[in-house]
Amino acid sequence: MDFLNTFRIALRALARNKMRSSLTMLGIVIGVGAVIAVVSIGQGAQYLVQQGIQSMGTNAVFIAAGSGRPGGARMGFWAVKSLTLEDLAAILREVPLIRQAAPAVISRGQVVYQNQNWNTSILGTAPNYFDIRSWAVQSGTAFTQEEVDYAANVCVLGTTVANMLFPGESPIGKTVRIGNLPFRVVGVLESKGQSVMGDDQDDRIFAPYSTVQKKISGITWIQFINASAVTPEASVAAVRPITALLRERHHIRAGEDDDFFVRTQSEVADLANQTQSVMTLLLGSIASVSLLVGGIGIMNIMLVSVTERTREIGVRMAVGATEGDVQSQFLIEAVTLSMMGGLAGIIAGLAGSALISSLLNWPTMISLKAIIIAAIFSGAVGIFFGYYPARKAAQLDPIEALRYE
Amino acid sequence: MEEQQAQSGEGGAWAVIRLEEVAKTYDLGEVQVHALRGVSLEIGRGEFVAIMGASGSGKSTLMNILGCLDKPTRGRYFLDGVDVSGMSKAELARIRNRKLGFVFQQFNLLSRTSALENVELPTVYAGIAPEERTRRAREALARVGLAEREGHYPSQLSGGQQQRVAIARALVNKPQIVLADEPTGNLDSRTSVEIMDILQRLNEEQGLTVVIVTHEADIAHYAKRAIEFRDGRIRRDRPIEERLIAREVLPTLPAPEGPEAEKPEAGAAPAKDAAPVAPRA
Repeated sequence: MDFLNTFRIALRALARNKMRSSLTMLGIVIGVGAVIAVVSIGQGAQYLVQQGIQSMGTNAVFIAAGSGRPGGARMGFWAVKSLTLEDLAAILREVPLIRQAAPAVISRGQVVYQNQNWNTSILGTAPNYFDIRSWAVQSGTAFTQEEVDYAANVCVLGTTVANMLFPGESPIGKTVRIGNLPFRVVGVLESKGQSVMGDDQDDRIFAPYSTVQKKISGITWIQFINASAVTPEASVAAVRPITALLRERHHIRAGEDDDFFVRTQSEVADLANQTQSVMTLLLGSIASVSLLVGGIGIMNIMLVSVTERTREIGVRMAVGATEGDVQSQFLIEAVTLSMMGGLAGIIAGLAGSALISSLLNWPTMISLKAIIIAAIFSGAVGIFFGYYPARKAAQLDPIEALRYE
Repeated sequence: MEEQQAQSGEGGAWAVIRLEEVAKTYDLGEVQVHALRGVSLEIGRGEFVAIMGASGSGKSTLMNILGCLDKPTRGRYFLDGVDVSGMSKAELARIRNRKLGFVFQQFNLLSRTSALENVELPTVYAGIAPEERTRRAREALARVGLAEREGHYPSQLSGGQQQRVAIARALVNKPQIVLADEPTGNLDSRTSVEIMDILQRLNEEQGLTVVIVTHEADIAHYAKRAIEFRDGRIRRDRPIEERLIAREVLPTLPAPEGPEAEKPEAGAAPAKDAAPVAPRA
């Protein structure tokens, strides 16, 4: 008996119990739909992260003080005083892969304008920081090198800070107080949104590093360096020479830990991707549990069907159906159920992710791989859960099957 | 199908069915049930045999073995000259498909499946091409006088019509033998005679070998030979004297009622399963 025939018989048997067949399929529909929706949402998130990383500049190299362990105690980020402006100058001088670099010192404080105030972080840096981060000034200007040189009390606001302190008002030219110091606002940056790590990059004030070092933090060292390599590949290649240079400058002996660390944007990207993949995998496997449940539903209904159709099986065997014929009939029925459920699930998943995309304004990336895997998986569910009922049908004794009431 | 190759009971080498000391024992753990205790039997081509006996006599077991649905515990069974007693399940399925036609007491048609498709069923398992299947099924339906009912579902047919569809299904693969297990057991007397008429015609006109199991003596009188079973053995094997010819009996029976009444060859006999049993000839 050929496959097409068996398939036709299976389809007809399923069509006879439309309600039951569709309810049985529902489990698979939900399972496959959930897998596809979850994966496309996950991939959308990954895409967002990638975009965020792109926006930070793929050439970026980040050097931070810290992670050293003077006297055995591991100090945190920025807690070490080892990184200096001289280090920065040395890197620019001796590592040609690095095109530019900006120092950074960070502080926190209450920012006040008239009756508005806001607690935010103050980043002291150089004007080329905005270049390195490819961050444009939306209105006004960035501060200048000159202002850095004489530690002027000027600042550039992130949009969140600007909105908090100057609702419905232009901040340019206005004076805000940070602690007890008055700062003139020279510019407002474009909105950058959330960082890869999820914090609001616009909730920050930027001032000349010299000003922050001397007037706010009272330090002479710097906390990190935002550098930019000549190409994305160069950013990775620059890690070794920078490490070697800084170790030498900081007199770190072989075998001792670094008192700084170097990260490139591509490392961050890899890390973020990895996190996202784990999340997607996790959500996907939760969704696939419902595929499993759907499969059990199919097995259940197929077992009922075999019992109900015992006589039919007896008749088929009497007129010449072999065990194999009966087995493939029921197996194909189960696979047809699960594959049709899979197909409906794919459609439901696509519709679901389109809906999420439009309602939540969240980009969803339809994954062809997820669709193919879902289709194969639903077929496999049919085979796996259809095998036992089909085997049971095939092993019926025709004499007893014919007598079955 | 060979015309008029009818042979008498002593079919010899021509026997289409030959049993040699066939025994069947069911092992029920503590007890062993001897359903058949060494049966030797020959049925020739073109014979019309009625197998009789009370329930428990072994006639159903014999029928299952003849129908290749069951294997004998001992002894040998030659079907059309081939020893089938040692065959595998798949081989037996093939034999059932090609050489045997079954008619059951309960009709056993697939519900919600048209008459035509029910008749086609054995051809599906014979691997016949779809167009040829339909052609053969139509031909078989025409032979039992149901050509116009091919699209009807079993639920839309009377008991007699359902049994005729079942006979058409038994014929569609041009078998050597038709095995009928109490074919009239669920039918009223007139319809029973109509079914016997069809079986007699097939036997006379096409030389088809027919074996029926029945416990009704009057139905056995339509056969040519009666084999009586008791306690798993053949008790009596005799030719039927004063054989009834259904064609001649039918006019003596009360005419079927209802608007659908017409000549049985042409088609419908209305369902009268609940009709009082008229004395049978």
